[in-house]
Amino acid sequence: MQAMMEKRAIELLENGTVNRVLGWSAGEFPYDMTPAVFESVEELQNNFVYNDFCGANLSKYLIKESRKEGKILVFLKPCDTYSFNQLIAEHRVIRENVYVIGIECFGKVDVEKLKAMGLSGITGIIAKNGIYTVETIYGNKEVKMADAMAERCLSCKSKKHVVYDELIGEDGEVVDDCNRFDMVEKLEAMTPDERFAFWRGELSRCIRCNACRNVCPACTCEHCVFDNPNSGIAQKAAVNSFEENMFHIIRAFHVAGRCTDCGECSRVCPQNIPLHLLNRKFIKDMNEFYGEYQAGEDPNAKPPLGTFRTGDREA
Amino acid sequence: MKKLTNLNAFFAAIAAKQALYLPVDNSVGKAEYKKWQDGTVYSSALNTARSAKDFFFPQTENLMEFKMEGKKIDVIDTREECEDFVIFGVRACDAASFDILDRVYLVDPVDSYYKNRREHGTVVTLACNRPAETCFCGAFGIDAGNPLGDVTAWKVEDGYVLRANTEKGEALLACVADLLTDTDDAAVKKEQEKLRAIMAKLPLANLTTDGVGEGLTKELFDRPEWAALSESCIGCGTCTFVCPTCQCYDIRDFDTGHGIQRFRCWDSCMYSDFTKMAHGNPRVSQLERFRQRFMHKLVYFPDNNDGIFGCVGCGRCLASCPISMNIVKVMKTLAKGGNQ
Ligand code: SF4
Ligand code: SF4
Ligand code: SF4
Ligand code: SF4
Ligand code: SF4
Repeated sequence: MQAMMEKRAIELLENGTVNRVLGWSAGEFPYDMTPAVFESVEELQNNFVYNDFCGANLSKYLIKESRKEGKILVFLKPCDTYSFNQLIAEHRVIRENVYVIGIECFGKVDVEKLKAMGLSGITGIIAKNGIYTVETIYGNKEVKMADAMAERCLSCKSKKHVVYDELIGEDGEVVDDCNRFDMVEKLEAMTPDERFAFWRGELSRCIRCNACRNVCPACTCEHCVFDNPNSGIAQKAAVNSFEENMFHIIRAFHVAGRCTDCGECSRVCPQNIPLHLLNRKFIKDMNEFYGEYQAGEDPNAKPPLGTFRTGDREA
Repeated sequence: MKKLTNLNAFFAAIAAKQALYLPVDNSVGKAEYKKWQDGTVYSSALNTARSAKDFFFPQTENLMEFKMEGKKIDVIDTREECEDFVIFGVRACDAASFDILDRVYLVDPVDSYYKNRREHGTVVTLACNRPAETCFCGAFGIDAGNPLGDVTAWKVEDGYVLRANTEKGEALLACVADLLTDTDDAAVKKEQEKLRAIMAKLPLANLTTDGVGEGLTKELFDRPEWAALSESCIGCGTCTFVCPTCQCYDIRDFDTGHGIQRFRCWDSCMYSDFTKMAHGNPRVSQLERFRQRFMHKLVYFPDNNDGIFGCVGCGRCLASCPISMNIVKVMKTLAKGGNQ
């Protein structure tokens, strides 16, 4: 995959279709790739990488990048294309300035899962036939790819690219039986007290680092209410548990109907708070109340929360 | 040096006298400091997800309160003498971070809130035996096999070896004296030997501070590499909040409806409103904010503190940055090339 992507990026850079490439550059370890913009063939040849650890959704960077001079090439996984489309729908990204290559996705690895298996001192990770050989200074271990896969990928909603200029690899289908609402159903089955206890337990770990907000492709306000001293609810740290809840509830409400369920929020949370469950609850409710809707699927679709129909459910 | 074979009895004996905090696995399998009570299981994790600085410099802390009645404003001093407490299992990196925080909070003007906690806390450190790939304490001269603190503990084959380093440490060991026996340092030496061999194999074992440090503001400030390094930083502040040495805070007022609670909370130089003044933020771009974080740790802090770096190599920011950008990548990039 990496070789094909690099080859195509070089071609598009050389023939002038684009003047920059948004991809990933290599890290210190086998798993810590950083999103990077490449401006020359030499840079691509030296630093461009792509592997199972390139989980970051690059769509949000295009808000800024698509406003720069020239066209930029971006590589998007199926789930990233939903975010990209949603940003187009919200007029946040200038489509003409982006050349999208959709890349076939087999799921991404969550390195925390490897670490949770007790793997430490990781020096190499070799993928072969569905198995990762994780090399560490304490010895090697074989791990099944499925056991290392990120939570969001285990319940991937779609292998289909909803927007692209060209594809590398095959396009897939929407996954109907992705089971992504299983945990939401479990939470729904709880008593209100149990559910409250569940969320208090999870949210009490929050350190208000804002990683979830800043990474979220649906959180694109120029000035977030939580940063705005005039909003009356600006906060850098929650003063009490009420404020702790409020940050998350307001954020979940604000992205409701626009959240594509890309899973970035849960991926980046340093405290492993399952934020995606809040958003999935909203998605599930909207599907049930207003009919099936997937944010980002079609940039021209009428969003359920932005549309009024006389038959709409009142509460 | 003292030998301890019954760790749980040691915990119970301390907890009978004062609050004891130690790393415990939480529901998502990460370690966090929890108060010991009967049945608490000590975590085997290398380190806690949040650093130990929380004990002395908590994320939010009340400074004072104002009560308003008509035109009368009462200013209430909310400071209280903190109770004695013990933290067990602090690693060498975090223990070194306390020295860095002391250099900020215990110099004139002394921060009485911080000092209060520092004076009442006894730190028991634990030498590492299974460092992770993200560890690079060695780059800053920190010995993971000989951590500081009031008491140092080593896990050895058949128990623990303890050494008191301060008066507070002596006092702590004295109150559990019946659980301890005298021992020499042979077992400790053996563990340190093993650790040294492991440390040498770590991927960041050869990281040095060459190219950064005291007096290099002019050389490093305008380096063109800052642009690429900061390019994909999302300005979230995760790196600052997980960092044991990050020390910046903001002071804010919370309207309780019948008064004002003035509190301080952690702040991050990565934020757009950090040190915002009437004219706006002095650092208008993410490049400048990003550069501030690393220049502070690698140049400005050493400049003002006898060359001591403001990073202890704990590796938390390496493990938690959403885009995997971090101080190691910055150090390596700055060390490369350059036009000095
Ligand atoms: S990323 Fe996690 S810890 Fe950070 S603000 Fe969001 S929920 Fe809280
Ligand atoms: S709320 Fe989370 S899942 Fe939804 S779009 Fe934002 S980052 Fe993605
Ligand atoms: S360096 Fe990483 S953790 Fe720090 S603010 Fe930037 S993106 Fe967030
Ligand atoms: S900068 Fe990173 S490695 Fe250094 S002390 Fe802070 S969190 Fe640890
Ligand atoms: S950075 Fe050093 S002291 Fe800290 S946990 Fe790793 S090996 Fe131990």
